[in-house]
Amino acid sequence: MAPVKVYGLPMNGSVARVLACLEEVGAEYEVMAVDLHTGEHKRLPHLARNPFGQVPAFQDGDLVLFESRAISKYILRKGSSDLLRENNLSESAMVDVWLDVESQKFDSVMLPIIFQGLVIPVYMGGTSDLKVLEENLEKLKEIMEVYEERLSKYKYLAGDFISLADISHFPMVHLLHETPYAAVLDAYPHVKAWIAGVMDRPTVKKVMGLMKTFG
Amino acid sequence: MAPMKVYGWAVSPWMARVLVCLEEAGAEYEFVPMSRNGGDHRLPEHLARNPFGEIPVLEDGDLTLYQSRAIARHILRKCKPEFLGAGSLKESAMVDVWVDVDAHQLEPVLKPIVFNCIINPFVGRDVDQGLVDESVEKLKKLLEVYEARLSSNKYLAGDFVSFADLTHFSFMRYFMATEHAVVLDVYPHVKAWWEALLARPSVKKVIAGMPPDFGFGSGNIP
Repeated sequence: MAPVKVYGLPMNGSVARVLACLEEVGAEYEVMAVDLHTGEHKRLPHLARNPFGQVPAFQDGDLVLFESRAISKYILRKGSSDLLRENNLSESAMVDVWLDVESQKFDSVMLPIIFQGLVIPVYMGGTSDLKVLEENLEKLKEIMEVYEERLSKYKYLAGDFISLADISHFPMVHLLHETPYAAVLDAYPHVKAWIAGVMDRPTVKKVMGLMKTFG
Repeated sequence: MAPMKVYGWAVSPWMARVLVCLEEAGAEYEFVPMSRNGGDHRLPEHLARNPFGEIPVLEDGDLTLYQSRAIARHILRKCKPEFLGAGSLKESAMVDVWVDVDAHQLEPVLKPIVFNCIINPFVGRDVDQGLVDESVEKLKKLLEVYEARLSSNKYLAGDFVSFADLTHFSFMRYFMATEHAVVLDVYPHVKAWWEALLARPSVKKVIAGMPPDFGFGSGNIP
């Protein structure tokens, strides 16, 4: 069976999410670099794989997918992973709730924090917009209060079992550690312990090791 | 078995996303109306259901769920799993792709158009015309991709109707009530797909609770 292909670079959080799932199921894969600097993602052939011009894209034989969480679920289902719990109505519902919270709430404030706190000052040599940073850090704190409450009752977000909902958070937290703002999580001890546990998984550690540079 | 309970207000596009799935699934449910104006969603009783203080919320036995797409998936997984492409690796993946496209690409562009064109004038907020114009341009680019997709596939996930199609309905409903609805005219496959969605009994039923002005015109604001 040919290895599957992931198009994009590991430093991109969405690519990293997919790679962690591949590691979880022990699949053979190849990372195919896509040069964002030259706009490779906005041209053919990449555009044929992801018509919205983003990374990652994914190929397994004839099947071409995009959207990192859709790709992740495909990989986990194919590899019969325990991380989705789709044979259990209650458990899978809670995984879906918290994966949606990650995608719709957490990720949407983390993206501007990472962009302003890391990409602009370090990779683009520019000046951060402190107003945007502060607004999003405040929103992050509100979200973290809910997570803190949840994680003081349950070991993981969906309940007492680890799931894609938990693992899906590691890329942005890893990147947050590269900004001056990582301390924002200090006020939430259960959140800190939870994400430290997620980031201690061998699969996640391996992918974080790949997230070296934007290339 | 007790019917599922759904809490919120019917004009909300997030609520409508859930209602259309309940209707498609033929599920028994009880609608518990809440008042947005009255701040019901911020009361302790509701925060106990959804700590983010939002609607819709679904109660199904011991389960209390929030986030409209997660709620919808649960309803479909339980009552109409074929709408999630369940049992097929390829079909379920394609459903997931296009559900996420709506969440990450389309909804973020439709939302500012809908809020600025319909809601802001009623609540005395300025219309950000620059943002509307920018969003309409982005929308056209997105619709090119949808047009290509729907030219070679009857529905978004392939040749079967799915949650990927249903999830688009509620924000599209309000967008199509704005003056910018005409942008669809140059995307005939998108237009045909939209009209097919409108013809579904589930959609017709849910639209009845979604006046195009969110209820502001008649004073029926939740």
